[in-house]
Amino acid sequence: MSRQANRGTESKKMSSELFTLTYGALVTQLCKDYENDEDVNKQLDKMGYNIGVRLIEDFLARSNVGRCHDFRETADVIAKVAFKMYLGITPSITNWSPAGDEFSLILENNPLVDFVELPDNHSSLIYSNLLCGVLRGALEMVQMAVEAKFVQDTLKGDGVTEIRMRFIRRIEDNLPAGEE
Amino acid sequence: MAIFSVYVVNKAGGLIYQLDSYAPRAEAEKTFSYPLDLLLKLHDERVLVAFGQRDGIRVGHAVLAINGVDVNGKYTADGKEVLEYLGNPANYPVSIRFGRPRLTSNEKLMLASMFHSLFAIGSQLSPEQGSSGIEMLETDTFKLHCFQTLTGIKFVVLADPRQAGIDSLLRKIYEIYSDFALKNPFYSLEMPIRTFPHGGQPSPCARPLRNQRAAKTGTVELQEKTMLTRPTRSNPEEKSQRALIWSDSTPLTNLLMA
Repeated sequence: MSRQANRGTESKKMSSELFTLTYGALVTQLCKDYENDEDVNKQLDKMGYNIGVRLIEDFLARSNVGRCHDFRETADVIAKVAFKMYLGITPSITNWSPAGDEFSLILENNPLVDFVELPDNHSSLIYSNLLCGVLRGALEMVQMAVEAKFVQDTLKGDGVTEIRMRFIRRIEDNLPAGEE
Repeated sequence: MAIFSVYVVNKAGGLIYQLDSYAPRAEAEKTFSYPLDLLLKLHDERVLVAFGQRDGIRVGHAVLAINGVDVNGKYTADGKEVLEYLGNPANYPVSIRFGRPRLTSNEKLMLASMFHSLFAIGSQLSPEQGSSGIEMLETDTFKLHCFQTLTGIKFVVLADPRQAGIDSLLRKIYEIYSDFALKNPFYSLEMPIRTFPHGGQPSPCARPLRNQRAAKTGTVELQEKTMLTRPTRSNPEEKSQRALIWSDSTPLTNLLMA
């Protein structure tokens, strides 16, 4: 909240380690509070959703991007603008489904997992599941229902981290006037 | 800077923030002795002049202040009923300020949601498909600028017709909204924005900024004016209405002061 009002689109320098450690503390606390990993995953997703529905306004206010006309455009904006702005990385977009309603975000280097080793008793924990929630929440606010899930994770021995995004529908009821 | 008012309207058409920063021009203050040679009447919870137009005081004007103390509805700031007070010869001579009645909080709520509907009607009336809603509304004395975000929140600014740079002001207000309203974890979406969450204590971030800005730009005087136009807290009923939308010191105030 000590944010100065004149911050532009350029991101402010902050310690990424502090961020990584804070996220780590959050996840470990959730692991202590909940019995099984499924509940932790669900909780992370819920938290992410709550972040996403607010973050989208910050994103739109600073990035000056307009409404996207198709899902490909949305994918581009997410990868090249949003991830760049908030995590400082640019995931690549691959594996489009033939219908154009599904794609994968490949994160070469996920800043959330910098110091993390997943212990054996948490094999089904989706450590970065917060990101899926953020994506879902943010897109819901611009009238797009999507499903986001991790299909590969470097923490689980995969080569890269992959988030699979699936477009479900446009939420016509919430469309503001003059945006048809 | 000739910005008169700022409104923030949520997706559903509810007013969630409102700020005025102007002193009404057509005001007349005069000292009276008993008996009062004007006829006052109570109309719509306000004391209006019903008869006796003179010296810039017009029929329909409301009593705004008595002896320099603001009047809110039919009560003065210190809790006295206006008509009763003016009926008592012991209180004379008395100086009364008259002027055009200001909009009450409830009227603002109503007008904001009406504008929300007009905005939608605007886009439906369009002969072209996919037109936006009302972006600007022009009158002799002010221009209304409206910016709707992709998520459906409207930022409305009333400004002098010649005032330039409103588009960037609207973007700036959007940024401030996303910073100071949405990043406050205790703010719930779509709800009125208040920066005095705990019984009148300004949030720690608002105050230093406000003072610092005021000191830097020397706008203390303007700030005081805004304070005068603020409704007072005496009447409990008014207070609760007020709590709906008024917030006293916000980053936005700072922006407009700067």
